[in-house]
Amino acid sequence: MLSIFGAAEVPGTDRMVLLFGQLMVVGAGLLIGLALIYFKKVGWLWKNWLTSVDHKKIGIMYLVVAGVMLLRGLADTVLLRFQQATSSGASHGIVSSDHFQQIFTAHGTMMIFFVAMGLVFGIINLIVPLQIGSRDVAFPLLNNLSFWMYVAGAILINLSLVFGGEFAATGWLAYPPLSELQFSPGVGVDYWIWCIQIAGIGTLLSGINFITTILTKRAPGMTMMKMPVFVWSVLAAMSLVAAAFPILTVTLVLLTLDRTIGTHFFTTTGGGNAMMYVNLIWAWGHPEVYILILPAFGIYSEIVATFSRKRLFGYASMVYAIIAITALSFVVWLHHFFTMGAGANVNAFFGIMTMIIAIPTGVKVFNWLFTMYRGRINFASPMIWFIGFVITFSIGGAAGVMLGVPPIDFQLHNTLFLVAHFHTMIVGGALFGYFAGIAYWFPKVFGFKLDEKLGKLAAYLWIAGFICAFTPLYILGLMGATRRLDHYDASLGWQGLFIVAGVGVLIILAGVGVQLLMFYKSIRNRKQNMDTTGDPWNGRTLEWSTSSPAPVYNFAVIPTVSDRDEFYRVKQLKLKLPKRKFSAIEMPNNSPFGIFMAGWALMFAFSVIWHFPPTIILAVLGIVITFLVRSFNDNTTYLISAAEVEAIENKRVGALL
Amino acid sequence: MYRSKAFKAYVTGFVLSLISTLIAWSVVNAHVTSGHRRYSHLFINVLVLSLAILQLVVQLIFFLHLGREKKPRWNLQALLAAVGIIIILVVGSIWIMNNLNYSMMNMVPTQEDQPF
Amino acid sequence: MTKVSPMHKEIDEETATSLLGFWVYMMTDCILFASLFAVFIVLKNNTAGGRNGAELFSLPFVLMQTLILLTSSFTSGLAMLAAQRSRIKDTFIWLGATGVLGASFLALEINEFAKLDHSGSSWRTSGFLSSYFTLVGTHGLHITVGLLWLGGILVYIYKKGLNETSVKRLTMFSIFWHFLDVVWIFIFSVVYLLGVI
Repeated sequence: MLSIFGAAEVPGTDRMVLLFGQLMVVGAGLLIGLALIYFKKVGWLWKNWLTSVDHKKIGIMYLVVAGVMLLRGLADTVLLRFQQATSSGASHGIVSSDHFQQIFTAHGTMMIFFVAMGLVFGIINLIVPLQIGSRDVAFPLLNNLSFWMYVAGAILINLSLVFGGEFAATGWLAYPPLSELQFSPGVGVDYWIWCIQIAGIGTLLSGINFITTILTKRAPGMTMMKMPVFVWSVLAAMSLVAAAFPILTVTLVLLTLDRTIGTHFFTTTGGGNAMMYVNLIWAWGHPEVYILILPAFGIYSEIVATFSRKRLFGYASMVYAIIAITALSFVVWLHHFFTMGAGANVNAFFGIMTMIIAIPTGVKVFNWLFTMYRGRINFASPMIWFIGFVITFSIGGAAGVMLGVPPIDFQLHNTLFLVAHFHTMIVGGALFGYFAGIAYWFPKVFGFKLDEKLGKLAAYLWIAGFICAFTPLYILGLMGATRRLDHYDASLGWQGLFIVAGVGVLIILAGVGVQLLMFYKSIRNRKQNMDTTGDPWNGRTLEWSTSSPAPVYNFAVIPTVSDRDEFYRVKQLKLKLPKRKFSAIEMPNNSPFGIFMAGWALMFAFSVIWHFPPTIILAVLGIVITFLVRSFNDNTTYLISAAEVEAIENKRVGALL
Repeated sequence: MYRSKAFKAYVTGFVLSLISTLIAWSVVNAHVTSGHRRYSHLFINVLVLSLAILQLVVQLIFFLHLGREKKPRWNLQALLAAVGIIIILVVGSIWIMNNLNYSMMNMVPTQEDQPF
Repeated sequence: MTKVSPMHKEIDEETATSLLGFWVYMMTDCILFASLFAVFIVLKNNTAGGRNGAELFSLPFVLMQTLILLTSSFTSGLAMLAAQRSRIKDTFIWLGATGVLGASFLALEINEFAKLDHSGSSWRTSGFLSSYFTLVGTHGLHITVGLLWLGGILVYIYKKGLNETSVKRLTMFSIFWHFLDVVWIFIFSVVYLLGVI
C-alpha cells in the first residue's frame, strides 16, 4: 500500500527527501484547506474569487499560484545545487541517480509551465484590458476556464509526489525512446504529459482570448500604432501561443498514444521515429521561450519610459523589432538539436537564422538605453530589476549567439554552458521582468505601494545571487561539464565551482526571503503607503488614469484616445475633465463553469494515468453536460445602474480621463 | 433566397469543388488502374496538390466569404499567418527529417526489430 | 421569435468579437492538423513489413466519402443563408441534411476503420498506420463533435427560435464545418490520392 506513495521502494537519505517532499505537499494543502474552513472563508472565496470572471481577480490568482509554484520549484533548485556541490568523488550526495533525474525534470517543468507562464498570464490579465481602455477581455468566462486549467495542471504535478511518488525522469521535454513505455514503465511520464497537456489547453484558450481582446477591444482612437509597447509584446506572444501550442498538444497526444495504445510514432520498433518527436517538440519549444520573454520586453519598455520620465525611444522600431522576433522565432527551432545529425545545409540555415534573431533584440536593448539617455531617471526598484536584466541578458544573449554557431554548439551542446545560457534568458530576462512588472503595477492592483527599500534589497540579492550562481556554470560548461550530472569524478576539479554556484543559490534564497518579508511588511503598513491618486509613478499609459484598484468595470466612460502615452499627454495639457454623463454598465456574472470543466479535466487525466476507464467516461460526460448547461443559460450578465456607477466614481480621487 | 447572389455563390463554390475533386480523383484512378504506368509521379503530385490548393481557395472564397469583410481584415491576416506557419512547419519538418533519416541511416524497418 | 436582418446588416459587436475569436481558434485547429500531416508525411513509408496505402485504400470508397462531406459543407452554407433570412423551416431542413450527410460520412469511416483493424492493419501495426489512423481519426473526432454541436444548436433553435445567439452559434458551427471539409480536401489528396500511386 505504501508503494503507491513511492516511499517503500527508495533507499537511504533519498527516501527521507522524498518523504519530506510528500509531507510538504500534503501539509500545505491541508493547511490552506483547514485555514479556510476555520476562518469561514470558503463561501467568500468561492463567491468573490474562485468563480470570478473579472480579469483583475484572475490575474491576482495566477500570480499567487505562480508564487507558490516558485517556492516549490526553488525547493528542487536547492536539492539540485546541493547534490552537485557535494556529490564528487567518494560522496554521492543525498539523492539517488534516478531521483536526481526526476528532480531536474520537475524543476524545469514547474518553472517553465507553472511559474513563468503563470507570471506571464497573471500580469497580462491584470494590465492589458486597462492599458487598452477596455472593460475586460473579450471572453471573460473563457479567461476563468484558462486559469482553472492552469491550476489543474499545477495540482497534477504536485499529486505525482503523493500518488505514485514518482515523476518523469527524462528531462523537462521527455524525449523518446526514454519516455516510451519500454524505458519508463511507471506513471511519472504520464503525470508529466497530462499536467502539461491540461495547462497547455488553458494557455491556448488564453492566447485566443487575448488576441481577440487586443484586436477588438481597444478604446476608440487607439490605433495599432498608438498601443503601448507592452500591448504589442502581448499580442506577439499570444500569436506565438496560438501558433505553437497546437504542435505541443499533438506531440503529447502522440506520445500518450504510444504509451497507452501501443502505436508506433516514436518507438524504436515498428516504424517509429524518435527524432520526429525532438523536431516537433522544439518546433513548439522555441516559440515557447519567446512567449516567455516578449511580455517581459514589453514591461521593460513601459518601465524604462516611465522611470526615465521620457517618451520611449523609437516606438516604431520597437514594434517592428517585436514583429521581426515573432516571425523569426518560427525558423530557428533546429538550433536545439544541431547535434542530432541533420547535416551541414540544414544546420547552416538554422544557425544563420539564429544569429539573425539576435539583431532585433539588440535594437530593443539600444532603444531602452537611448530612452534613458538624457532622461531624469528615478532608480526605483523596477529600474533596478531592469539594470540587472541589461547586464545579465546581454552576456547570456551573447552566449546564445555563440551556441547558434553549429561547430561551437557541437562542443557546448548539453553542457553547463547551455544551462547557464537559458537560465540567464529566463531568470535574468523574463523573471526579472515579471518581478519588475509586479513592483511597478502592484499599487494599481492593490491600492498601496510595496516597501521600496526591501524591494531594492531583494533585487540586489537576486542579481548578485544569480551572477554568483551561474558564472561558475558558464566556466564549467566551457571546461566540458555535461548537464544533469548527479555525480562527477573528484579529479576533474569541478567541485569548487559547484560550491560557488551553491552559494549563489543561497543568496537568491535570501532575496526570496526578503521578497516575502517585503510583501508582509507592505501589507501590514499599507495604510501608510496608500495610492490615492491612481498614478503613483507619474505614469504615461491609460491604466494609471483609473483609481487604485480600478473599479470592477475599469472605466466608467470608455476614454477616447488620440496619441501614444495618451494619459501623459492629457496630464501635460492639464486638461480639465468635462462633467461626465454615466450610463448603466453591463457586466458578466461569476460562474463555476471553469472550475467544473477543469475538475473534469483533472479527473480525466488522473484516470488515464492510472488506467481506470469508469472515471474517464464519467469525466467526458461531465464535460459535455457542464457545457450544455452553460449553453442553455441565457442569464449571464448583470447591470450596474448609472446611479451606482456615479456613486463609485464620486468616491475616488484623481481621475483625469 | 434561392435566387440571391449569395445562393449562387454557394452553388458556384460547390460545383467548382466538385470538378476539382473529380479531376484529381480520375487522374489518380486512371493511373492506378493502368498499372501505375499512365502518368509520371511528378505530374500526379503537382496536379493533385495544385487542385487541392485550388479547391482550398475556392472554398475559402465561396463558402467562408474570405475577402468580403471590411477593413481591418483580421480574418484574412490570421489565415495568411496560419498558412505561413503551416508551410514552415510541414516543409521544414520534411526537410529536417529527410536529412536526419539519411544522415542517421534510419532504415525503414522491414521486420520487427530486436529492441537492442 | 425575433427577426434577424439579412446578410449585409451590421452584426452586433458581441457577435463580431465571438466570430473573430472562433476564427482564431479555427486557425489553431488548422495548425493542429498540419502537425498531424507533418507526422503522417514523415512516417508514411514506415510500414514495418505491414501493408501500405496502395494496398489498403479503395479509391471509389474515398470518392464517395469526399462527395458526401463536400455536399454537407454546401448544405451547411445554405442553412446559414436561411438563418440570416429568418427562414426557420429552411434552416432546419438544410441543417438536417448536413447532419444526415455528416453522420453517413462518419459511419462509412468507422466502418472502414473497423475493416482495416480486423484484417490485421491496426494503428498498432506500424508507424504509417499509427499516423494514418490518428490523422484521419482526429478529423473523424472533429466531425463527431461537430455533429453533437449541431444537435445542440437544433435543440436551441427549436426552443428559442432564430435569435441573435442562435445565428451567432450557427455561424460559428458553419465556419467549423466548412473547415472540416477543407482539411478533408488535404486528407483526400495527400493521404489517399498520393498514397495509392
